[in-house]
Amino acid sequence: MANEDQRTTVYKIDPAHPESETLPTLRTEELLLNMGPQHPATHGVLKVILELEGERLVKSTPVLGYLHRGVEKLAEDGTYHQFIPHTDRLDYVCAMYNNFAYCRAVEKLMNITVPDRAEYLRTIVAEVQRIIGHQFWLGTQALDIGAMGVFFYCFRDREILMDWFDELCGARLTTSWYRIGGVERDFTPSLLEKLKQFLDYFPPKIDEYVVFLEKNRIWLGRTKGVAIISAEDAVSFGLSGPTLRGSGVDYDLRKAEPYSAYSKCEFSVPLGKNGDTYDRYWIRVQELYESIKIIRQCLEQMQDGPIMADVPSVTLPPKQRVFTNLESMIQQFKLFSQGFDAPPGEIYCGTEAHKGELGFYIVSTGGGKPYRLKIRAPSFIHMGAFDHMSRGYMISDAITIFGTYDIVMGECDR
Amino acid sequence: MSLQQLASRLQESFATGFVKAVEWRGDLAVTVTRDRLHEVAQFLHNDPAMDFDYIVHVSSVDWPDDEERFEVVYELYSIKKHHRIRLKTRVPESDCIVDSLTDLWKGADFMEREVYDMMGIRFRHHPDLRRILMPDDYTEGYPLRKDFPLRGKGWRDTFEFLDETAR
Repeated sequence: MANEDQRTTVYKIDPAHPESETLPTLRTEELLLNMGPQHPATHGVLKVILELEGERLVKSTPVLGYLHRGVEKLAEDGTYHQFIPHTDRLDYVCAMYNNFAYCRAVEKLMNITVPDRAEYLRTIVAEVQRIIGHQFWLGTQALDIGAMGVFFYCFRDREILMDWFDELCGARLTTSWYRIGGVERDFTPSLLEKLKQFLDYFPPKIDEYVVFLEKNRIWLGRTKGVAIISAEDAVSFGLSGPTLRGSGVDYDLRKAEPYSAYSKCEFSVPLGKNGDTYDRYWIRVQELYESIKIIRQCLEQMQDGPIMADVPSVTLPPKQRVFTNLESMIQQFKLFSQGFDAPPGEIYCGTEAHKGELGFYIVSTGGGKPYRLKIRAPSFIHMGAFDHMSRGYMISDAITIFGTYDIVMGECDR
Repeated sequence: MSLQQLASRLQESFATGFVKAVEWRGDLAVTVTRDRLHEVAQFLHNDPAMDFDYIVHVSSVDWPDDEERFEVVYELYSIKKHHRIRLKTRVPESDCIVDSLTDLWKGADFMEREVYDMMGIRFRHHPDLRRILMPDDYTEGYPLRKDFPLRGKGWRDTFEFLDETAR
């Protein structure tokens, strides 16, 4: 050892132990490593500066903003209806839930009650979106940390739902199906049939994913006991969704402040015990089963009825009437060109998306455009806890930690 | 505790510093003066009847015509008690600084950095107050201020736009 490269070797002599003269001490210093912004496991363009001691993370500093598009500024320039397609581009793998969260916020601002059937439709589609989100998460998380097979199985089943979205609204990712006061269109018999088929098809497939992972030593080794966060810290950091519930905190907006048709459905909120990556994985898998349960109940309870609230000054007329009726055409035109007159005031409305609490804070001074619109994006807030959760773990665990948040940079940077 | 009780409790505890409480659409918004913000937040965080342990978001609003131009908004929630409050304070442009609440809620760190980045409001005792979404060397101002143009500023202004009618 002694005749190694002199540049990295420092000899220390301790007077109390002269024998140490013969034992060279390696000079150690922290190494800075830039991870990203172009790294396949960062799920978008995220850079993290890692300070390393050997292979252990001492400190990590996320550098965000590579995907910042100024969505909040854009919102101030458009009408409330015009902002719906922008919300698709926030969390682009989970567009329906973004639409849902935004429409709920505007409905709270305008004090609109959505008809029953629309509430059920919204809940069903939101839960389908939650399944898609969790499948996407499970596939990519497993792929990132060394279990490639699961990815193919998850995406095979995700594709069925993507095609279902395609049939529902004509788009796979950027859906814009929700409208302020209701939804854009009703299910067709073919869609209902396909959804029912999927509900029977899917539960055995979840067991299939689980078999792949529960007996995979690499998966277990890389998730159990990794990135532990205590319940107290998780709450203090403002984490939400499965990331918070993994630490055993019972906070789910679907239960805490029931909205839409969730109050009429029975489902449980799975909670973790250890607050590690494995618990967060387990919660997401259990949520897949719960989503199936919720969709089944909604399909049973759903009655015929209108799918859009009847508030002509705010909500859009049915498309068929726009083409045949002059008043409806004028209504549609005025709503899209000038917007509706919102009362002055401010509201915050949070919705439990599959990543966590997605909230919209809207300040209105009257008129057709929001004065200020702030998006509470779970991915952004989860990144705030990254440094805390990664300290002391290995470089390779950094990948696990991005994954465990289910981070999407479009939402994080807005 | 109902929202009215919550508001009156706050008003009793902070006779000076309490500006107003507004309840609208089921949301309670309490405005306090800037010098008492940290005390009020500490009370909300520590008092057993309040127990606001969860920070939802930190935001800011620009009111260019007002004397105290900016408004900083903290949205708080109690996971155990299931109640919400919006804590607001006003900041003048000339002395654009408020006390940071990072010592009470760790999550306030990134959220306050975002407010600083977007609106230019500084936070006293914040551990790492740097830009977060915009680049570190960004010098063109604070994008969410009302006087910042939608199309952007700086080098973008030098772009030549082709006149469509000229063709």
